[in-house]
Amino acid sequence: MSNNSESFPLRRREVAKALLADRKDLVVVGGLGSCAWDITDAGDHDLNFPLWGAMGGAAAIGLGLALAKPDHRVLVLTGDGEMLMGLGSLATIALQKPRNLAVVVFDNERYGETGMQQTHTAFGADLPGVALAAGFRTVGTVTDQAGLVEALPVILGDPGPVFYTIKVRAESLAFVLPPNDGTVLKDRMRNALLAGDAGTTG
Amino acid sequence: MSEWAEDVFKVLSSAGVRQAAYVPDMGLKNLIELCRADDAMTAVPLTTEEEGLALLCGAWMGGDRGVLMMQSSGVGNCLNMFSLTRTCEIPLLMIVTMRGQHQEFNPWQNPMGENAQGYLETAGVTARMIEDAASVGPAVADAIGPVFDDNARIAIMVHQKVMPVKTFGK
Repeated sequence: MSNNSESFPLRRREVAKALLADRKDLVVVGGLGSCAWDITDAGDHDLNFPLWGAMGGAAAIGLGLALAKPDHRVLVLTGDGEMLMGLGSLATIALQKPRNLAVVVFDNERYGETGMQQTHTAFGADLPGVALAAGFRTVGTVTDQAGLVEALPVILGDPGPVFYTIKVRAESLAFVLPPNDGTVLKDRMRNALLAGDAGTTG
Repeated sequence: MSEWAEDVFKVLSSAGVRQAAYVPDMGLKNLIELCRADDAMTAVPLTTEEEGLALLCGAWMGGDRGVLMMQSSGVGNCLNMFSLTRTCEIPLLMIVTMRGQHQEFNPWQNPMGENAQGYLETAGVTARMIEDAASVGPAVADAIGPVFDDNARIAIMVHQKVMPVKTFGK
């Protein structure tokens, strides 16, 4: 199988910027590691929840948000290693059929934070195939700029649950670190989402 | 036999719990059915228990109160994900029904049955073992304020002797 992810054309930081360029009230969960740095590089935001831990939990966090805030689009942006640890959550999401949730995997076929070891996707594990089989409404794979341009409105607007793998270059990038205090990250998201929701339980 | 399920459901309902996440257990059967039947709650079946901790983190940030229900064996699956709950100080209300405690037919349940309470405490979750059916509802009611007003993490553990005995047809 492919062992050439170092030459994939799409660059993760650019893809993150494209996804978040016109974000408005988009809620974003950034999976442990590189994706947390990617969404921060695109611009830290009260509606970002970058993960410093909780490996395997990003998609389920997105589901909790999507169920609680059905009028907000929720985007989970995570890595292939993080998603592989939480494959069951794809079945949990598909069962709920959240129309406002999209899960996007930045797939560089590597564990980027631990020495660039190859993940299962480097040997053919098919994450969109898993999502489709689990019952996701829309799935896709993006490998180049033209595909990205086509996928953006689907990821950001089509009825969910949507799952996309975006193949991105395996590259070591400078850390762009968000706040690491979990209570700060939680409270800023919650306060932003509840502002104007007078009377909401919680 | 399990009127405690109705007691707990009433507490959850009046506390405004919106997301009821679970991996099933025979001891939770009635409570799960009550949650599933309630239009004000979204019942979320999980494939593994730690998903529920992640789910309830998102739920809380979005303004929803939640509950996580499982049998004692599921506590072990949660350990690393408790880091999320604890570091972010996410309110956590768990209902844990016990195995490996009382007239247990399956010895494979014993390791987690003997240790689930200790694992919870080690992970920073206050774990209260309730040994009579009438006290389960009040125990959950006592947890509501600390959990949802003060971001506490509390597990109400229902002793196996409160629940039907699983005999594997013997």
